[in-house]
Amino acid sequence: MSASTIIFYILAALTLTFGALTVFSRKIFRAAVFLLLSLICIAGIYILMEMDFVAALQIVIYVGGIVVLIIFSIFLTQKAGERLPSRLPKRLLWAILLPVAGLAFSSWVIFNHPFAQTGTAPIEPTVHNIGLQLLNYDQYGYVLPFEAVSILLLASLVGSIIIAMKKKQQ
Amino acid sequence: MEQVPLTHVLILSSTLFFLGIYGFFSRRNLITMLMSIELILNSININFVAFNKYLYPHQLEGVFFTLFIITVAAAEVSLSIAIIINLFRRFNTIDIEDTNTLKF
Repeated sequence: MSASTIIFYILAALTLTFGALTVFSRKIFRAAVFLLLSLICIAGIYILMEMDFVAALQIVIYVGGIVVLIIFSIFLTQKAGERLPSRLPKRLLWAILLPVAGLAFSSWVIFNHPFAQTGTAPIEPTVHNIGLQLLNYDQYGYVLPFEAVSILLLASLVGSIIIAMKKKQQ
Repeated sequence: MEQVPLTHVLILSSTLFFLGIYGFFSRRNLITMLMSIELILNSININFVAFNKYLYPHQLEGVFFTLFIITVAAAEVSLSIAIIINLFRRFNTIDIEDTNTLKF
């Protein structure tokens, strides 16, 4: 059992703990902070898998962008220190039953499926290789989804400004 | 990292996924539902990266899917925050039980 294995299990336990606290916490600001910690632990798991670029993106976009946006919207819409209302019992029954059944089924599938490793020479997931394949227009190139996602980002930028804009009083 | 079997990574991601599902079903607040969606998307990202690392190390497809999922998640969050702020301005609440004007 090497050090990276132990670090992986610690990070996995922390990710699950903070994820559970995000879901179960009754105070919404604490839930957002626990979500932030969970995302940081997931970035640590990416670093252990030697996916440095994905880990950097996770930190920059999720932790630096999305969670900050969520915290801003909490400040704009919630009263400070207010607890969320408790759940309805009937809905809570289904909300517990469905994920437990789904988790049991998917773990059964995971433990019974033989995962066979294919492939020969591994590619290093460096920024160099990722960039070369991302902007490649040959076969297995990803330049078309890249452009499509850039149009999507522009559309969501304009759309969110239009939606959140204040209408002029007439 | 090679000693960790793939099944343990998959168990981690599926547990995180169903935690997100539970939060999505049990909460009535739009922002907490949004946070549950973020948990779900992150568990899917872990899945893609783990499959790329363990099963198909000669390709980079899992990395690209992760990058595109992160981008789409950013777009989705910015739009939904705009919708939530507009909703709060109009109804003075973001509880989905109270915003039922369009409900038949």
